[in-house]
Amino acid sequence: MLAIDVISTIFLAAGSLIMITGTVGLLKFPDFYTRLHATGKCDTLGQILIILGCMIYEGFTFITIKLLLVSAFYLLAGPASTHALMKAAYVTGLPVWKKGDKRM
Amino acid sequence: MEMTEMVEDHRTFSIALTFCIMFIFWLLLSAWTIYLPEPYDLSKVSRGILAALIVTFLTYEIFVPGRGEKVLLKTRRFIPYVGWELWQIYLATIDVAKRVFGILEVDPQIIEFDTTLRSDFALVAFADSITLTPGTITIDVEPERGRYIVHAIAKGPADSLTVDQTMQKKVGYVFMEE
Amino acid sequence: MVMILPFLVVGIIIASTILVCSYRVIYGPGTFNRIVAANVIGTKAIVLLIVVGYIIERPHFIDIALMYAVIAFIGTIIIAKYAERGELCSR
Repeated sequence: MLAIDVISTIFLAAGSLIMITGTVGLLKFPDFYTRLHATGKCDTLGQILIILGCMIYEGFTFITIKLLLVSAFYLLAGPASTHALMKAAYVTGLPVWKKGDKRM
Repeated sequence: MEMTEMVEDHRTFSIALTFCIMFIFWLLLSAWTIYLPEPYDLSKVSRGILAALIVTFLTYEIFVPGRGEKVLLKTRRFIPYVGWELWQIYLATIDVAKRVFGILEVDPQIIEFDTTLRSDFALVAFADSITLTPGTITIDVEPERGRYIVHAIAKGPADSLTVDQTMQKKVGYVFMEE
Repeated sequence: MVMILPFLVVGIIIASTILVCSYRVIYGPGTFNRIVAANVIGTKAIVLLIVVGYIIERPHFIDIALMYAVIAFIGTIIIAKYAERGELCSR
């Protein structure tokens, strides 16, 4: 029991650290496109790690399969929504930040 | 005559497959927590069958695509690719974290390149792979020429797509479109 | 097998990151920064629902999380297409 608790706590802590990194990137990066880099990747891995921690804590029951479904759905949907936002901004002509420009 | 028989055969197959998957999905989502603790009752199960039938007749055309060639071989090659992709997600997050905390530089640029991929599955798989690997996000795809427009966060990730071309070869190997 | 404290800490961390993200929703320059921040808040809300389900020991919150994931995805796609075209239905 104790080993399972410790392992799932480690996964939860790693996931929340990565979520904090994504939020700092959202505030700190200079323009829209680079902010999408931070959020799209950090949120995917943070969500996978936190749900993995919950799955290890739960053991093998019926709820584990539902957690796996949530994680797999986000793994498919996350890149799609990132790509949709990126294309919308690129088509409408949002300027791309180059090195040395002012923050946008 | 044979052609219509084959089409009819494929239609029956796709309806049956869609119904099985939808009913299993219904069982997974609701039956275990709500229905199974109580005594067995046909009317409750028939509700699930009815829901699965409605969804089946609405979606069987788009749920099962047309018969491709060598589906089993492609599926067998696709599973190790998913494992490699999960490892790439880990590497990508470490890369972005380094750039957030100022260890690596941020120097965005937009690159374009052509690939040899043509089928829908290969194009979508490669676009998602670009988005999930370190430092690059797909902006746009032109399916006729296999041309990708990609936003890269620095020069290193851009070179890994245009010069090394490791991922093109992997996706081309999986979908046999080298 | 009572282990509420780690889930409580993770829940508080995610809730405070949602609070920090709302800075971009309120002040972020332009439409697209606001859309990205709203998308991120949606993702974090999915995870927060699951963790809250474990805190109050009612794991059936996962059903709500699954539905919320689907709705947040469709909402993001629709808002992105609307910002791209300026209309939702092209005749």
